[in-house]
Amino acid sequence: MSTTTLTRTSGSGALSRLTAVEARLFLREPSGAFFAVLFPAVLLTVLGLVMPWADLPFNDQDPILKQINGITGYAPTVLALAVATVGLSAYPQTIAGYRGRGVLKRMSTTPVPPSRILVAQLAVNLVALLVAAVLMFAAGALVVGVAAPAEPLVLLGAFLLSVLSAFAVGSVIAALAPNAPAATAWGMSVYFVSLFFAGVWLPLPLMPDVIQTIAGYTPLGAASEAMAAAWYGQPFDVAPFLVMAAWTLVALPVSARFFRWS
Amino acid sequence: MSVIQVQNLHKRYGSKVAVDDVSLEVHRGEIFGILGRNGAGKTTTVEIIGGLRDADGGTVRVLGLDPARDRTRLRQVVGLQLQESQVQPKLGVREALDLYASFYPDPADPAQLLDELGLTERADARFEQLSGGQKQRLSVALALVGNPQVAILDELTTGLDPHARRDTWEVVERIRDRGVTIVLVTHLMEEAERLCDRIALINAGRVVATGTPAELVARAASDQVLRFRPSAPVPVGLLEQVASITHADDGTIEARGHENVVQDVLVALAQQGIRPENLRLEQSSLEDAFVALTTPLEV
Repeated sequence: MSTTTLTRTSGSGALSRLTAVEARLFLREPSGAFFAVLFPAVLLTVLGLVMPWADLPFNDQDPILKQINGITGYAPTVLALAVATVGLSAYPQTIAGYRGRGVLKRMSTTPVPPSRILVAQLAVNLVALLVAAVLMFAAGALVVGVAAPAEPLVLLGAFLLSVLSAFAVGSVIAALAPNAPAATAWGMSVYFVSLFFAGVWLPLPLMPDVIQTIAGYTPLGAASEAMAAAWYGQPFDVAPFLVMAAWTLVALPVSARFFRWS
Repeated sequence: MSVIQVQNLHKRYGSKVAVDDVSLEVHRGEIFGILGRNGAGKTTTVEIIGGLRDADGGTVRVLGLDPARDRTRLRQVVGLQLQESQVQPKLGVREALDLYASFYPDPADPAQLLDELGLTERADARFEQLSGGQKQRLSVALALVGNPQVAILDELTTGLDPHARRDTWEVVERIRDRGVTIVLVTHLMEEAERLCDRIALINAGRVVATGTPAELVARAASDQVLRFRPSAPVPVGLLEQVASITHADDGTIEARGHENVVQDVLVALAQQGIRPENLRLEQSSLEDAFVALTTPLEV
């Protein structure tokens, strides 16, 4: 019995230490840390300063959307972009790199299972994204007049679920890609398609109906929709939340089934 | 007392047999070598012993534990240094040891381990900044930080220059002196001969011989071969009494025989006043044993 207790104690201590280590490693990659933490704030501020549509009503045909300016309308999309950058691109590349270098296999020789590195990565990236979101809103509100979210708690819920679903899809990429370069290539492909459906290139309301419908079934499209509705103060719609939950619930077991530690 | 017992171990990947039939026993406190060519099944064998892979047949016990069932307990008492296993590139040396120490219930003191492995000066360096030898020593340190009773070291010195290799060998001997039982996987004859108390020679997934390095040499080839050019014609029948003799076209004589052949031939020649010129002695090495024991017999 005492052995079990010892193992468990060292296990939880190990996870917190592993998370602290992964956080330091995250900060030692300056470009990765910049894109995850600062880029959303920089992007929203620069767009707000240079784009002519930034301070015009987002959509003057719509009773709710005409009350917010264009840059506020774009804020949830930038948030979705930030989530996608980390969950679909940086995270699977890091994990596939760890596997290629034998980091995961080495951990599997210790009493702490290598899956804990994935948990630590998720924790570090989630915190980085929360910081990025706060910085983005602060810079946007101070510099270019981004309006505060109408439903902050719903927004937080939508944000957390979008992080989970993006990381679940990222885990599938990390599980199925044979090596780090393949993980990069697959991750970037999924990433750019996701950005399209999240409305980064063209705001979703301006897209044809069929594209909007498809976008609603992709994890990042749903994330963008849910966060936009909460930010703008549109009526609550459960559909995008269900879509994100479904992606998470399908992708996690798939990645767990196919994940190779070496 | 034996700490590892392996009986009739069998493992295949699809239709390819990686380990056909391996049995071996490792005693407490020894350095046990698993020697064989690349692809002989060495790594698969130790990965099964270390609980990283499941066997298809046979039994394995490590300190009384079944690696397939008692993985958690096994990992607390067995340290594994695997081929080409790195840590995160930007992770520091001390940081890595502190982290891995937190994985174990009763870890070694990381500072002392750094000192023993000659890494104190590089404690703040990142993994990606280390030389090949330093990476290997960190790798060994990480395998030892849990205070294991058994350390399995797989191809420890592959890719190291001769100097770094010798340093690493000294490290292995120091670890054994701490009372850790060591299983050393290698395809290097010199390494096995220098470090190992006993060796299992593996070929095509089977153990072809087990014993001390000297026993293996003796088993494979007991002959000693003496070659020389006599200063004067040798009377017929003189040397034939003590060795089997071959005359080469250039006048060189080859005398082949058992342990005392050298003295017997030299004494016989001296009695006739004949000097052996260009005298050369060939002794069997572990390398000869390796070749002799792993070369398939022509049928």
